[in-house]
Amino acid sequence: MILKGRVWKFGDNIDTDAIIPARYLNTSDPEELARHLMEDADRDFPTKVRAGDMIIADSNFGCGSSREHAPIAIKAAGIQAVVAKSFARIFYRNSFNIGLPIFESDDASEKISEGDEIEVDADRGIIKNVTKGEEYSAKPIPPFMQELISAGGLIEWTKKRIKVS
Amino acid sequence: MTITEKILAAHAGRDNVSAGELINAKVDLILANDITAPISINEFKKIGAKDVFDRDRIAFIPDHFAPQKDIKAAEQCKMLRDFSKEYDLDLYFEVGRMGVEHALLPEQGIVVPGDLVIGADSHTCTYGALGAFSTGVGSTDVASAMATGECWFRVPESMKFIYYGTLNKWVSGKDLILHTIGDIGVDGALYRAMEFEGEVISYLPMSGRLTICNMAIEAGGKNGIIVPDRITEDYVKGRAKREYKFYTADKDAEYVDIKEYDCSQIPLTVSCPHLPSNTKPAAELSSVSIDQVVVGSCTNGRIEDLRAAAEIIRGKKVSPNTRMIVIPATQQIYLEAVREGLAELFVEADAVFSTPTCGPCLGGHMGILAKGEKAIATTNRNFTGRMGHPESEVYLSNPAVAAASAVLGRIGTPEEVL
Repeated sequence: MILKGRVWKFGDNIDTDAIIPARYLNTSDPEELARHLMEDADRDFPTKVRAGDMIIADSNFGCGSSREHAPIAIKAAGIQAVVAKSFARIFYRNSFNIGLPIFESDDASEKISEGDEIEVDADRGIIKNVTKGEEYSAKPIPPFMQELISAGGLIEWTKKRIKVS
Repeated sequence: MTITEKILAAHAGRDNVSAGELINAKVDLILANDITAPISINEFKKIGAKDVFDRDRIAFIPDHFAPQKDIKAAEQCKMLRDFSKEYDLDLYFEVGRMGVEHALLPEQGIVVPGDLVIGADSHTCTYGALGAFSTGVGSTDVASAMATGECWFRVPESMKFIYYGTLNKWVSGKDLILHTIGDIGVDGALYRAMEFEGEVISYLPMSGRLTICNMAIEAGGKNGIIVPDRITEDYVKGRAKREYKFYTADKDAEYVDIKEYDCSQIPLTVSCPHLPSNTKPAAELSSVSIDQVVVGSCTNGRIEDLRAAAEIIRGKKVSPNTRMIVIPATQQIYLEAVREGLAELFVEADAVFSTPTCGPCLGGHMGILAKGEKAIATTNRNFTGRMGHPESEVYLSNPAVAAASAVLGRIGTPEEVL
């Protein structure tokens, strides 16, 4: 699977309150959450972002609350993938569970600029910077997480497991 | 093995596990709240399971936007109520019986030492204070576990934190954990287990231990944990609703890092905006004026916290330029505070005394900040916009510092008002 899109850049420690402020958590409707994506970090972001865009961030992306509303809002806004140096652990598992592609790459995080066009080869973990003509590799995804991805997320994986037992 | 590895191994049906492994393990208790459970309920229904794995092991606690703050919040709370009725869940806590989840479950003996607990709330790591493995997960994890009774985990590396010496006056568990996060950073324990020990921990009351483990997530930790001892035994006996087991760490257990702290060097500590790791001694922040003080939350809403705040504020008034909101974390704490005269004391001091709720901690209700306002709170996060307007600011402290700041109308220490 190749994902192509333009990049929005964010810094260190982007917390889940920044991704989706708690004042909007009286709903779990993905479309409504997407309308407020990142608005406390960048007020205009919900209007600027387009389906197919990518987020590139620094370390510890998604720290703070366990709210699954954060990856749900990102996915519902049409963001295809998030690349960061590292992810907070609950955000990391939530993303795999709900099928939001995420990749860890120091190189990509440092060298990609806002507005760059990138291509992510999700299966090989290769991130190509079309704008700059560079290529970066992402950390390999553990086999169990790949199993989750190919099942289509944790709910589909659980369905299969229940059937087998 | 470490205590974390032993509990995970036991629940995975294995003799041993090692850091980095991905395992499936049985869970003893699952919890979710009015914000996270609605997604869990919807996802659970998609699985098509005939029933939940165990009606006595799923706790639904409406605490974040409860008592229901608006129509949408009311609809979310209703989802928990309806699902709990439909599946005859034993551990649904209605308003009037509920409390802030991480204060309520240990208090009621619903989580016990040796448990493996997951919760769709990041502060689920609190129960490590009892010698349980507990960690925050997402709503979909909870949905899957409600059907199977299992969850997937990566066995975390363990870091050890040792606290020597004696605590300075008014310095509490909150100051230890804020100081520690200030030292290692908000991702200083990312994906890791944080094991707390040392002579200071050995005499720290359970309330302080719960505060420390509660904020493990603020350093990126997967869980915080304290090996159970006499204090644990005293706390759980008489309240444990299930059998419990004390796990210990082996002498040759492996730790990726060991941090040691001389507690005589740890001052009253405040986290400044906008990260819990941005710590400074409270005494250096006297120029920061304060619009609102919050004493409460899963971090510091227990009776010991209310008593500490009350001791400072007894016979005094909240500064005319400041609002003080006191929120006991559970109904039982509320009742104790009333019986001990603390409720009256706070009201006499011109503070608000609220029913249990997470409320302002996450900018939900019961004390939201306007643009430019500053709060000092005994809560756990001070991210941008956490308690209201994106241009408001939150400082984190222990209850005594928060109460002193309420009297002074600026950040200050107990010594300044006593």
